[in-house]
Amino acid sequence: MTHATLTAPAAQAPEHPADIRARRTARRKARLNWIAVHALGLAAAAFFVLPFVFVFLTAVMTDNQALTRDLWPHTWQWSNFRTVWDAPGFLTWWRNTLIYAVAGTALTVVSSLPVAYALAKFRFRGRNLVMVLVISTMMLPPQVIIIPMYLFWTKQLGMDGTLWPLIIPMAFGDAFTIFLLRQFLLTIPKEYTEAARVDGCGELRTLVTVIVPMIRPAIAAVALFQFFYCWNDYFGPQIYASSNPAAWTLSYGLESFKGAHHTNWNLTMAATVLVMAPVIVVFFFAQKAFIEGVTLTGVKG
Amino acid sequence: MSAAVHPLLRARRRKAALRNLAFLSPWIIGFSVFFAYPLVSTVYFSFMHYNGVNPPTWTGTKNWTYVFKDYPLFWPALRNTLWLVVVMVTLRVVFGLGVGLLITKIKTGAGFFRTAFYLPYLAPPVAATMAFVFLLNPGTGPVNHILGDIGIPTPGWFTDPHWSKPALTILAVWGIGDLMVIFMAALLDVPREQYEAAELDGAGAWARFRYVTLPNISPIVMFAVVTGVIQTMQYYTQPLVAGKVASGIIGNSGQQFEPGYPDKSTLTLPQLVYERGFQRFDYGSACVIALVLFVLAMAFTALLMRRRNGFLSAHED
Repeated sequence: MTHATLTAPAAQAPEHPADIRARRTARRKARLNWIAVHALGLAAAAFFVLPFVFVFLTAVMTDNQALTRDLWPHTWQWSNFRTVWDAPGFLTWWRNTLIYAVAGTALTVVSSLPVAYALAKFRFRGRNLVMVLVISTMMLPPQVIIIPMYLFWTKQLGMDGTLWPLIIPMAFGDAFTIFLLRQFLLTIPKEYTEAARVDGCGELRTLVTVIVPMIRPAIAAVALFQFFYCWNDYFGPQIYASSNPAAWTLSYGLESFKGAHHTNWNLTMAATVLVMAPVIVVFFFAQKAFIEGVTLTGVKG
Repeated sequence: MSAAVHPLLRARRRKAALRNLAFLSPWIIGFSVFFAYPLVSTVYFSFMHYNGVNPPTWTGTKNWTYVFKDYPLFWPALRNTLWLVVVMVTLRVVFGLGVGLLITKIKTGAGFFRTAFYLPYLAPPVAATMAFVFLLNPGTGPVNHILGDIGIPTPGWFTDPHWSKPALTILAVWGIGDLMVIFMAALLDVPREQYEAAELDGAGAWARFRYVTLPNISPIVMFAVVTGVIQTMQYYTQPLVAGKVASGIIGNSGQQFEPGYPDKSTLTLPQLVYERGFQRFDYGSACVIALVLFVLAMAFTALLMRRRNGFLSAHED
């Protein structure tokens, strides 16, 4: 403060021509810098956006034009989307994906929340060991345990050709969700839980009535992650649902769609657009929660 | 010793222990049933001959020697993984950091740029892979169309064994949004005073990046590299779908597709678990590959946890 008042009069004194020149070059440099940064930005944006544009343009081409090298549709055949929508199986895959994603997300959040709360707020022996195990399972490829799991679900429980082997385990906590929620819960000051305890609140009631409203953004973020995980899952449905087309999901069915229409890139791309669209719509509605969640995966700690 | 503990205190401790157990119970069940048991079982099956029909019989180390010495897909898959770790992970981290830096410098339309850079990360892998097989389709794809027009040689991409991994790398670099966001947050956390001090010392843009930015964000770079390596171990959907679609094998029709098209160039270890276990019904060898995958993933996870103690102790109050 004092420093600022001391130097203020000097700034009002007539400027030396050299200073003026220096300021002018600095301003020109800043402007050039702005142009360079935004030009680079536009080039990068082209790389990221153009694939979507080409996919979309092909999706509205006629069958014949899709076989050519043209990039721009002569006639916009919007009915391609209708054709895909009415194609055998498509609606079923859509419904199955929605069931898998909604049920999976709800079960994951409900079962992971108390675990994350215990790991963040309770002190007990072996807590660090549990965290190490949670992180280890988080990093494990699903293929490592798939053989015994497949034998367990299909041979012992007879659930081949359904999505249950994918949904049921989500009622028993998900490592990544537990990890993220715990990271977020650690940022909540102890005073809140202690105040609730003094008021005679049990731990479960504290969690539900005090903590959950406070960590809504984190819950939104983990729910989105899990929803997208289910929506995008290919390996799971491939293992458990492949024998029964009535249980296929979009990610799994999409590939067979390519098989059935293998010369019609336009219809395949229209199907691709329809699989991508919900994810993108959800993202636009929940962008903030999502970005916060991604940040939490890497930065905290 | 225990006699010194007051009975009331002991009752309270027992209550706390029960409460901990209750809160942790979903995870305890999940961990035992869906992790510990199948892991032990995988070790067991790796020493068994089992095809799912006849009861399993003990074969000693036969599955292990088969996988390491005679299975023709194992070493190509491991070599591909190494290639992907070196090239794909490096490029993803470099581009992720570059785009993260760029986004912190952009002043006009920052929201648009951020969304544009982030969106591809969300594209479902199967859909994104099919889109790229189309975009990079040697005959009619837009990319080769444009390359041909400017007179650049047009590679066969997903149909050429030398170009299939570079094509997968382009797809992976396209979906870089997660790294961009992580780097962006890390870059914004670098104390401004350090830049100002460096500028006073006459440091240019490169020197500021090298001596201020990089040391500050090096833990995040490390995190990106190690998680990148772990993701590469798990790399499954994209190479499998790319191989299937590019080869023209009709998906899911029951027609047997040997993964790795073209010429084993897109094979990865998880695909071998599928090939052995679910196409050949050789569960024993599939478990051997699964255990190799387990050891590799755990080794890098240990590295991650050692390097980043914050993982365990962050924000402990």
